[in-house]
Amino acid sequence: MEASSRDIAAAAATPALLICEQCDTVHSRRPLAKGEVAECARCGAVLERCRGMSTDATLALVLTALVVFAQATLWPIVTLGLNGQYVAATLWDMIRLMWFDHSQVVAVLAAATLFVFPLAKTLILGWLLLYARSGRRAPGFRTLMVGLHHLGPWTMSEVFVLGALVSIVKAHLYFDVIPDPGIYAYAALMLLITLFAGMDLTRLWDETREENVEAAP
Amino acid sequence: MNALPRADALGLIGCHVCGQVCRAAGDEEGDGVQSCPRCGSTLHRRKPAAYARTWALLIAAFLMYIPANVLPIMRTASLGDIDDNTILSGVVELWVKGSPGLAVIVFCASIMVPMLKFLALGTLLISCRRGSGWARRQRAKLYRLVELIGYWSMLDVFVVALLTALVRFGYFSLVEPLPGVVYFGLTVVLTMFASMCFDPRLIWDGKEDSDD
Repeated sequence: MEASSRDIAAAAATPALLICEQCDTVHSRRPLAKGEVAECARCGAVLERCRGMSTDATLALVLTALVVFAQATLWPIVTLGLNGQYVAATLWDMIRLMWFDHSQVVAVLAAATLFVFPLAKTLILGWLLLYARSGRRAPGFRTLMVGLHHLGPWTMSEVFVLGALVSIVKAHLYFDVIPDPGIYAYAALMLLITLFAGMDLTRLWDETREENVEAAP
Repeated sequence: MNALPRADALGLIGCHVCGQVCRAAGDEEGDGVQSCPRCGSTLHRRKPAAYARTWALLIAAFLMYIPANVLPIMRTASLGDIDDNTILSGVVELWVKGSPGLAVIVFCASIMVPMLKFLALGTLLISCRRGSGWARRQRAKLYRLVELIGYWSMLDVFVVALLTALVRFGYFSLVEPLPGVVYFGLTVVLTMFASMCFDPRLIWDGKEDSDD
């Protein structure tokens, strides 16, 4: 996998046209510099953006996010104290209690948007980038890219951080509030998620090349 | 302004999922299923039944939104004293006792954002159906705004869930979720589906002349 052959393959694979997904306008594509964003001349939507980060750097961030995610999920988020009695809660305590408190819908929503989807998104991204480093497509590339697209807005860790903040302020009126490591992990996760949000994933389609072993596990 | 050709007029389709530019097969009006050669997703000239689906989900969301606001979302019990909170009373409590800044954030996320979604999607649906050329660029921006901020409404649901998990001091103090929070969660999910079903390309269909 020399750099030169990879570049030629990527250039050949880059289509000359772009269609704005918001208004159906056809644009001719031109190469973007690092950090540049192409906007639709008709409706102003973002057509594509060139991420300012290398694949290696992004992969490093994904791995960081995975570690931080594990911490945010496993560690207690906040401890409340009342008359010398203390209660701490993790994300899973929260989900479990909502389930047994006749709010199964909320429990399922929380489990999906705060655990299953963010975890799936991070793992898929890491898997795809691991192969994309050398311009290859990971096994299951097609399915995973489509899955990643559909996960779209269904990860809500950043909303939960704000929710935790509101809960702390509310609880502070009546209880002693002791922030636990989980809340710091969540704050770090929020920053990492913001960094990923600027990524244009569709570029992976152009930047990677099909290998003749697509069917292999 | 005619220098901006549209894919539909050129017989092209952009894949929703991967952005691949595809040639539309055969007759343009036909309903034959065509899939993207790159990612395998079904290609659509416009999202299928966008009006009907968006209306249906939006109305369903609005029906959920009424009990979400009327019914209490959370019960606080301390020393036999029971206090039920609705979304609005929670905001008021935060404003009076806690921090007004946070109260404004919760008000925006829980009350303004859902209302904005109902109004914005309703306006888009009606104006697009009439083929209106009015403020197209602004309406396109409005749609993107709805997509961007929609999921922040989940804030109050997470607050109730976390407080339930934390405030477990038996007789001294206890927080329980009440049905309002379930309806509110469903409202958020349904409005998110509604805005996904809408096709912003419809804004630019219809009369071409009155455009800027």
